[in-house]
Amino acid sequence: MIRKEMIAMLLAGGQGSQLGILTDNVAKSALSFGGKYRIIDFPLSNLVNSGIDTIGVLTQYRPLRLTSHIGIGIPWDLDRNSGGVAILPSSGKGVDSDWITGTAGPVAEYIDYIDQYDPDYVLIVPADRVYKMDYEVMLDYHIALDSDVTVASMRVPEGGSVSSATMLIDAYGVVEKFEPDTACPCSNLESMRTYLFDWQLLKKALLMFKEEEVLDFEKHIIPQFLKEDRIVSAYEWNGYYRDVPTAEEYWKANLELVGERPELSFYEKFWTIYTNGENLAPAYIADSCNVTNALLSEGSEVYGVVERSVIGPGTVVSEGAVVRNSVIQEDCFVAKGAVVENAVIARGSTIGSGAVIGSGEGSGICVIGEDSIIPDGAVVLRQTEKVGGKEGDRP
Amino acid sequence: MRAIGMILAGGNGSRMRELQNRRTVAAMPIAGSYRAIDFALSNMSNSNIQKVGVITQYNARSLNNHLSSSKWWDLGRKRGGLYLLPPAVTGESWWYKGTADALYQNLSFLRNSREQYVVIASGDGVYKIDYNDVVDFHVLKGADITVVCTEYTGDDITRFGILNLDEDARIVGFEEKPLVTKSNIISTGIYILRRRLLIQLLEQCRAEDRTDFVRDVLIRYKDVKKIYGYKMNRYWSNMASVESYYRTNMDFLKPEVRDYFFRQYPAIYSKKDDNPPAKFSADSRVSNSLISSGCIISGTVEDSVIFKKVFVGKNCIIKNSIILNDVYIGDNAIIENCIVESRSMLQPGSCHKGENGVEIVIEKNKMRVT
Repeated sequence: MIRKEMIAMLLAGGQGSQLGILTDNVAKSALSFGGKYRIIDFPLSNLVNSGIDTIGVLTQYRPLRLTSHIGIGIPWDLDRNSGGVAILPSSGKGVDSDWITGTAGPVAEYIDYIDQYDPDYVLIVPADRVYKMDYEVMLDYHIALDSDVTVASMRVPEGGSVSSATMLIDAYGVVEKFEPDTACPCSNLESMRTYLFDWQLLKKALLMFKEEEVLDFEKHIIPQFLKEDRIVSAYEWNGYYRDVPTAEEYWKANLELVGERPELSFYEKFWTIYTNGENLAPAYIADSCNVTNALLSEGSEVYGVVERSVIGPGTVVSEGAVVRNSVIQEDCFVAKGAVVENAVIARGSTIGSGAVIGSGEGSGICVIGEDSIIPDGAVVLRQTEKVGGKEGDRP
Repeated sequence: MRAIGMILAGGNGSRMRELQNRRTVAAMPIAGSYRAIDFALSNMSNSNIQKVGVITQYNARSLNNHLSSSKWWDLGRKRGGLYLLPPAVTGESWWYKGTADALYQNLSFLRNSREQYVVIASGDGVYKIDYNDVVDFHVLKGADITVVCTEYTGDDITRFGILNLDEDARIVGFEEKPLVTKSNIISTGIYILRRRLLIQLLEQCRAEDRTDFVRDVLIRYKDVKKIYGYKMNRYWSNMASVESYYRTNMDFLKPEVRDYFFRQYPAIYSKKDDNPPAKFSADSRVSNSLISSGCIISGTVEDSVIFKKVFVGKNCIIKNSIILNDVYIGDNAIIENCIVESRSMLQPGSCHKGENGVEIVIEKNKMRVT
């Protein structure tokens, strides 16, 4: 086997249970984002753009759509003879293996996979975050500080809540205190759960905790590194980064993209985001309709009004229908005269003619689950349950 | 499948005017996000043809680029796959002198295959067909050669080969680009015949120094061999001229054409690139238009087909036009009845109106390092 300097392990097992019905059938990392993309496309493209060509994707919760999306990695140029992408299903101890039940456990199951490539460094990346980051720069930083582990981190804005470990660092960026408990943060510098480890040291730590039921990077591994007086450093990141833990955050992050100059741009040549899309056809916009401040993905067709919205591939908005401030995922059908406002509509849903989804007021958003069928004329102001069945064709 | 595919993609399309300078007809962008050859290739792939040769000659760089990987059409295979067959300089030749000559020069490709039939198709047609149906017809009729044909109603019918069929669908008349037409049935440039017969006919042509498949095989042998016409009833178009190219693109604004090609099974495949969704700003006014991925639209677009990665600035007015890939259109520009060549950069306020028919606009992009 060819030796690799750095390989990556993508943690794609999490459900993202706070997203409610949006992640009923799909792991959070496989949730669609920005019309045609899926969340995992961002970290995966980051890895490829950073020159990493050996990636293990650790799956756990509802992996089918994730694994069929990744396939053999063709869209990311990861269909390779040496290295490439490997789907590594975790046998898993917990049912909902969100971050609480341990992030390092699945990695410990695949020590053999990593050892095949005999890497110097292993990068651990969560697959369910939206951002653009060059890990090669992080590696340079890691080497410059002679670190044993580097933790990517961000400042929590004032008033924001902490959702992962916090750190106190010295003037060089070396971590002095590492506080895994989110209830009592020690600073506003928060871990992004992206870690760059020296592989031999990580391997030693993983083996040390072999017997643990739940093995976590922030609760076990990194504190152990500090205990052994290893150099733990923090790599501070100031760029765009979205976690989208809830449906509301998901909706907000999507709608940010329709602005004139969004923080996350898809249109720059540099740092392309790759995805596996089947739909190729251009979007069609019919006579006498209005499409403003919108993203329309391939194969979508608009006969009505779309304002400040993100429309997924193959979705149809019929005559007289109005879609405003909403995210509609792929292959949905909005029938004549329906009004969709402040809503997230998951893939494959049908909105009956004249139906009203969501309200214009700031009363929170309306979420319609996958493959829902909303009957004609129905009014759904706030919806978090699945409506209708899969039976029956589209009207 | 019992056939191999041969796609004739070497034509220079002299009636494509300036558009031919950039690429051969088979590589012409079509319907927003496809290239002409995608249709022939997808049809072959969807018909389970696993070995396809593409004969290229004229200005093939853009085509080669498009075909740089065969995986998009499911032709990246260990057995069979996609073969590019450009002319090779040998002791006796260095250029394809015609369609039959091109096939003859690749005789070893035909000889080394084991499939019973050969499907020959041109690379510039826009259609869907299951070649298995044509082979079934071919076998049923006991034909030597089957020509796929269609009824044509356009006024430029004289640019095609015109067929006369008898009641059994056998071809009794075949005229290439006649001045006066006796029927409205035209050849679509898709032929099916047994591989051994093709080899034999090509060797015969070579011996007699004949080079054109239509003139020297189909027309010459029509009374000797049993040549049948298989009628195709669905959408078919090809783009041998600027007018037909323009019309074919505009056909995709019709819901039935879009539905047939974009939504009905089987799909047409193309090389996938990594463009973001099309973006529409607060000032965009778009009606009856196709907008491809990677576009940013801020102006008015009516009855037009906009290809990939096109930027349309504020207050632009684009009507009845085709904007090819990677074009930048500055603010306040007006474009009517035009085809804007790919990678053009139109200055703000520029005005192009095709008065007598379609105007082709080519503006060099000075921002681009060439």
